[in-house]
Amino acid sequence: MKARVHISYKTGVLDPQGKAIGLTLANLGFEGIGEVRQGKLIELELAEGDAEAARKSVEDMCEKLLANTVIENYAIELADD
Amino acid sequence: MVWHGDSEMAPTDLIVLPGGFSYGDYLRSGAMSARSPVMREVIARAGRGVAILGICNGFQVLTEAGLLPGALLPNAGLKFVCRDVRIRVENSQTPFTSAYEQGQVLRIPVAHHDGQYFAQPDTLAALREGDQIAFRYDNDNPNGSLDDIAGIFNDRKTVLGLMPHPERAADGMHGGTDGQGLLQSLVAALS
Repeated sequence: MKARVHISYKTGVLDPQGKAIGLTLANLGFEGIGEVRQGKLIELELAEGDAEAARKSVEDMCEKLLANTVIENYAIELADD
Repeated sequence: MVWHGDSEMAPTDLIVLPGGFSYGDYLRSGAMSARSPVMREVIARAGRGVAILGICNGFQVLTEAGLLPGALLPNAGLKFVCRDVRIRVENSQTPFTSAYEQGQVLRIPVAHHDGQYFAQPDTLAALREGDQIAFRYDNDNPNGSLDDIAGIFNDRKTVLGLMPHPERAADGMHGGTDGQGLLQSLVAALS
């Protein structure tokens, strides 16, 4: 089983990289772009075959290392190989 | 000096987590180091009230380890900042700051990319309420830190984390001695 963890800054956290990306897109002529936020994607291969157990385990990983919940949200997506 | 992979430490009055760029700042600054084996012992000793000082990357590690509230984000200007800054002593009634006057302004160097202090509103309120803000940038915020925060204490004032480097302003040869007071405060408190 594979897991994809999407990590993004919480609302209210200043994301200067997202801001710089937005400015550069505007410089390239793209119009109508609001706020841009940059996040992270972490892909994991898991030996666990049971989806519920896998989700629980990845949640635990997020809480303990993958995300800093003071500043970040995470979303977990599971997929069969 | 203690190795990050060690799980034991000799008894000590003070633990210092120095600056640097542990694990290349992968994932988040200080994220990996905060989970290294030796940190379990650091956390245990923090619980027993042993004095802990984290400077720069050490501050980032302390927040990641949950020993100090909030987090350190990339600088608002996205640039590595390496220069002297002015910081103001906001609480001189602690073992880390007793050699300074309340409100004293110091000139201390910073050298970091991820020094933007951030905390949720309730955490910030608690920091203010508990006199946990140790130092603020004095009209000289180099990184966009919330409320100009340069360093904070835990609620018991036994743990201090700060982005500026007092140890780099502790001798005439460094070009400044304003950092000496922090070291002198600790010597006075711990001896």
